[in-house]
Amino acid sequence: MAGVGGGNDFQWCFSQVKGAIDEDVAEADIISTVEFNYSGDLLATGDKGGRVVIFQREQESKNRPHSRGEYNVYSTFQSHEPEFDYLKSLEIEEKINKIRWLPQQNAAHSLLSTNDKTIKLWKISERDKKAEGYNLKEEDGRLRDPFRITSLRVPVLQPMDLMVEASPRRIFANAHTYHINSISVNSDHETYLSADDLRINLWHLEITDRSFNIVDIKPANMEELTEVITAAECHPNQCNVFVYSSSKGTIRLCDMRAAALCDRHTKFFEEPEDPSSRSFFSEIISSISDVKFSHGGRYMMTRDYLSVKVWDLNMENRPVETYQVHEYLRSKLCSLYENDCIFDKFECCWNGTDSAIMTGSYNNFFRMFDRNTRRDITLEASRESSKPRGILKPRKVCTGGKRKKDEISVDSLDFNKKILHTAWHPKENVIAVAATNNLYIFQDKMN
Amino acid sequence: MFPKGTKRKFSDGEEVPDENPADIKVMSSYNLQRQSLLDMSLIKLQLCHMLVEPNLCRSVLIANTVRQIQEEMTQDGSWTIMAEALNSNQSPSDCLVATEILCRPSPKDQDEEKPFSVISYEGCDSVSCHSEEVVDDSLCEPSSEAPTYLPISIGTWEKEDQKENSEEESEEDSKPEEQVFGTFEIKNPTATPDPALDELFSDVDTSYYDLDTMLTGMQSSPKMGPYDLLDSLSSHSQSISSNSGCRPDLNELDHIMEIIVGS
Repeated sequence: MAGVGGGNDFQWCFSQVKGAIDEDVAEADIISTVEFNYSGDLLATGDKGGRVVIFQREQESKNRPHSRGEYNVYSTFQSHEPEFDYLKSLEIEEKINKIRWLPQQNAAHSLLSTNDKTIKLWKISERDKKAEGYNLKEEDGRLRDPFRITSLRVPVLQPMDLMVEASPRRIFANAHTYHINSISVNSDHETYLSADDLRINLWHLEITDRSFNIVDIKPANMEELTEVITAAECHPNQCNVFVYSSSKGTIRLCDMRAAALCDRHTKFFEEPEDPSSRSFFSEIISSISDVKFSHGGRYMMTRDYLSVKVWDLNMENRPVETYQVHEYLRSKLCSLYENDCIFDKFECCWNGTDSAIMTGSYNNFFRMFDRNTRRDITLEASRESSKPRGILKPRKVCTGGKRKKDEISVDSLDFNKKILHTAWHPKENVIAVAATNNLYIFQDKMN
Repeated sequence: MFPKGTKRKFSDGEEVPDENPADIKVMSSYNLQRQSLLDMSLIKLQLCHMLVEPNLCRSVLIANTVRQIQEEMTQDGSWTIMAEALNSNQSPSDCLVATEILCRPSPKDQDEEKPFSVISYEGCDSVSCHSEEVVDDSLCEPSSEAPTYLPISIGTWEKEDQKENSEEESEEDSKPEEQVFGTFEIKNPTATPDPALDELFSDVDTSYYDLDTMLTGMQSSPKMGPYDLLDSLSSHSQSISSNSGCRPDLNELDHIMEIIVGS
């Protein structure tokens, strides 16, 4: 499975776009998380309005052998509502911060969705049959008079239009004082962790009234607070291992067998700072916004403001690979600090075979890096380049000097069009890219 | 916007000191821009969102930046200079960001030092947020009084820690000099722009945006320590790159410019 375009062998094409076309984007429609399920047949998005929309891939039809199945809306539901914390006189946003699918155990699908404070387990089930011919009630539900029943019959299941229902099965609340930034399902399929700015909790999926606190970095005196947790993830196959990243650019790997409270890390990953590039913004741009294990579990990837780094879990002192996402922004850090863009939290993702990685940038650009060929490509998620099965043209940012044709200069970039959330199908070359309120789906060109 | 460096006359027989005029100019320019960054950071910390809890990660990063600047300024002595200048009620032209506009502090907290937590990591307590006064008419006049100070304390407003809080605050009362930043009333960010103010800012030097290259230190030369910046400054073009793409709403920018703590 190849990952990156740039040569004649591989190209990305537009497949679909979801969402309204209006220039005026309602805040509630801004997509805040994107996640494929384990098979890739379902694609879930969460938005700032607290809604979850699940797309399902239709079966590949024989009529159209040249395109993979399209993703169509499968289920939409309101996961979280805005709340008010009366103790602090503060609103709790309904924005969905993360969605994580649970492994499928029966016909129904389950996922965890979280806002700043509360995690919910939703079960999405299909109903395509209904029972008819009850003895005690009429078809419309009215009870029958038992004295009028003269004969008995066996109810029969009749097909009906497919109905997809989402119901909240568990609500994991009141465990986080600070804002939840990550949830991660453990490989034991029984537990999951949730992380906020200062603490990480371990939950059992069946138990909602208690959780174990496994990491606590809150200082006794909040005035001494200089570092927060920014992301956390469970190891894909070692159920005792998890990592969490910090705002100072460090990653700690913890082993839950070592102690109940994993405040002392097992491994500490940090790249020494390059003294020649030190500035007042060094710490801010080193803050890690996302951490993801590779599918194989040998590597992990971190995203900071300007780069993506791949780490070998066996080597703590530096990453094995570093990819520059938008180095041309280094000279603009002060403006980006001023308009708060420097605090944008970009996510990153692996492809199914761990041979390529993808992350977003500004101007609706997103970047993909092939780890084997070291090739990289910049593509744009825009309506203009959205012709059906149209091949995406690589984009290039011009950093100075003469701007070539088709290049865009750094000063013309639209910093309001940021791609923070991307997802890669676990098995195929299909990617989902969230551009504000639109979800773009791209796939490789099938010859 | 930024004051010009003073010209030095070369006198025969006098020893030529190490610093030449270009360096002095550059040094003060760096200081000014560092000060601007400091002010910007303080504004960011104070402009908390009233309704929703502020982002703790962002607050921590900004606070760390402020500390870093403070440490550097303490090390090179400009911290005490600024404190003295502000204390002595002067407006040294070579010291701080030379904006003509200062926020006039509200009458009630003119002369006393009023310590209260600037940064609330537990969300913006109504006290810290609502005590910011709205200033409008005074913006056109330079302040005649010295701005009062408040200590920058990354305090907590957690309910259970309130006893600790009051202890911390009384401690801060007693050491006002150590953690002093300007206090300033922040204009309501949602106020509509005043045409008179716009006119006032028509000749604002947008070399403010030079902060980019100065403070991020990204030049072609690899050495980029804070003072190495000064060496490369001479090669730095004075043209301003217009960051129209990432420039925030100009009104917002005007507000920030107005609020910058000066002397």
